[in-house]
Amino acid sequence: MNSLLSVTLPGYTTMVVVGSTTLLGVAAGIIGSFLLLRKRSLMGDALSHATLPGIGIAFAVMVAAGGSGKHLGGLLLGAAISGLLGVLVMFLIRNTTRLRDDVAMGLVLSVFFGIGVAILGMVQELPNAAGLEAYIYGKPASIVASDFKLIAGMAIFTSLATTLLYKELTLLCFDENFARSQGWPIGWLDLLLLTLVTAITVVGLQAVGLILIIAMLITPPTAARFWTHNLTTMMLLSAVIGGVSGGLGTFISAWAPRMPAGAVIVLVAAAIFLASMIFAPAKGVLARRFRRRRLRLKVDRQHLLRAIYELLEAEQAPSSIINHSIPVTDLLRKRTWSKVEIERIARLARKRGDLEPPSGQELCLSESGFGEAARITRNHRLWEVYLVTHADIAPSHVDRDADMVEHILEADLVRRLEEALRRSNTWVPVPDSPHRL
Amino acid sequence: MNSLIKSMSPKGDAVDENLTAHPDNVPLAVHDLTVAYHRKPVLWDIDLDIPEGKLVGIVGPNGAGKSTLIKACLDLIPRASGEIGIYGKPYQQQRHLVGYVPQRESVDWDFPISALDVVTMGTYRQLGWFRRVKRAQKERAMEAIEQVGIGHLAHRQISQLSGGQQQRVFLARALAQDAKLYLMDEPFAAVDAATEEAIVQLLQTLNEKGKTVLVVHHDLATVKRYFDWLVLLNMRVVETGPTDEVFTTSNLEKTYGGKLNLLSEAARALQAATR
Repeated sequence: MNSLLSVTLPGYTTMVVVGSTTLLGVAAGIIGSFLLLRKRSLMGDALSHATLPGIGIAFAVMVAAGGSGKHLGGLLLGAAISGLLGVLVMFLIRNTTRLRDDVAMGLVLSVFFGIGVAILGMVQELPNAAGLEAYIYGKPASIVASDFKLIAGMAIFTSLATTLLYKELTLLCFDENFARSQGWPIGWLDLLLLTLVTAITVVGLQAVGLILIIAMLITPPTAARFWTHNLTTMMLLSAVIGGVSGGLGTFISAWAPRMPAGAVIVLVAAAIFLASMIFAPAKGVLARRFRRRRLRLKVDRQHLLRAIYELLEAEQAPSSIINHSIPVTDLLRKRTWSKVEIERIARLARKRGDLEPPSGQELCLSESGFGEAARITRNHRLWEVYLVTHADIAPSHVDRDADMVEHILEADLVRRLEEALRRSNTWVPVPDSPHRL
Repeated sequence: MNSLIKSMSPKGDAVDENLTAHPDNVPLAVHDLTVAYHRKPVLWDIDLDIPEGKLVGIVGPNGAGKSTLIKACLDLIPRASGEIGIYGKPYQQQRHLVGYVPQRESVDWDFPISALDVVTMGTYRQLGWFRRVKRAQKERAMEAIEQVGIGHLAHRQISQLSGGQQQRVFLARALAQDAKLYLMDEPFAAVDAATEEAIVQLLQTLNEKGKTVLVVHHDLATVKRYFDWLVLLNMRVVETGPTDEVFTTSNLEKTYGGKLNLLSEAARALQAATR
């Protein structure tokens, strides 16, 4: 409790803890990007859980050798060995049996964790054993200057190693078979990647614990992926998100001492992920919603214009259609619209200048709206004729198909449609509808 | 490395003997190859000699082992028996001579890299460990991507490309490898007409440059137009030789007729017995 309170004062101790978690976040964000792209997230989780037996055994061995048993380097070495052993067991299960990967990972995760809990229970009898559970949930306040050196050194080393292997790891993650055909040692590269992940996992045990460390590896790159299509940018962004989560999370937990820092770090990362998922410009939920809504409004408006145009067309000679107002009741019969819907769409069309100002129960195309309506109708017919003549679709079905496509027909596609129809001699300037209106 | 592999091979001596039997100017010589998945044989006693400078189609029904044959040539899957010589030597020594186009579905196209980045991967082997991609590699990749007609898409993220364009990215990557022998796994699968045309032209260009190209192919209608040499495959080599001689109705019946032929029956029995 004392150590936690001391963190609230921005002093040397605080700097050590915040520095450690920030660097840890940066390194985890970088190597985590490749773990994610290699689709090995769950394996990382199994790996971290598999470190627990190593901690217990390393402690017992060091006590037996006459030490206090709490030497951080020794404990983390034990954790690393047992974590890698877990990875090897997973590969062994995969290569010698026909069990699926998720089974192998589930087995290793639970069995190793179980063994770890059992060993921890046994070593509780030994002197000075209290506090070993901190590695399960993490306790950054216990980080001291010498620990900082170890964490910082490891974080910098793994980040540099990842950067050095950028080309090789990218190839491994994107196209394993091609890489192998080129003579790259896939097995060794995989082991290297998982060793780097192990290194970050074990130095992160003290800060966030073995249960939550996977979140530091996976959340930042997943959040970063929403913002960019470029791997280098994604890694940099992931490093920043990881660093911010680590530093900020530690600060927040220092002000609210009842909140364990490991959990707060993960929650900060999760908040950044959530914000990315919602607000990212291209892939975010809001942006996609917005795009879909805009398309729907466009479709609605174009349907209305075409409906009016077709009503005008129906009562006049095709060569000289004169624009005049159409009763809303006629439009209601054209489509499964409700009156409220038509009014909503009409408001939209009026705002864009396609319709004349309101005049009771009638709608009238403006001059520009009339041109637009003719163009839309033409696109619709072109596509219908194309479907009938080139795709062998029954005339009675084409209306619905064309309905979906006509709105996204761009100038280039329309030009190619015209070309295709002209070549097959089914060309007409504004084709008649191939079905009854 | 290679001597290690040879000494590990149960028939170490036989390896040398058979390979020396194949002269250096044969791009691909397969001798007595058998491959099995989970003890179920998928290729039996394959013997092949592909002459230099041919456009070769590998044709056969689904499950005939066409992709498996290509993967075995590239040492991507273990073989139960047999030797494969690339210009007279094992593949490990001849990687620089072979370009590989995997099936398009074999990778996740949502990967955050550009088309040019993928094509540049064709130069990685030459570049070696740790070295960064420099302008020379980028230029070679750009050249390759222009050769398949999608230079204007070089900086697009690969998920934003159509299936045909993605296929062309894979072809460009193989071109960037600058090989003598190309192995292509179903490059024509589910591509648009423009891409099909681009691939055909590319094959002809490679052919004119004297390269040897093996293509796993599905569409019997185009076989005669695209290839001058054929391998009809259905777990074994049904027939191989110049297209004009080999592409006959009776040979096709032998290749495609009766999916449940004796071989696959035997393979199934073998798998059941050794389970």
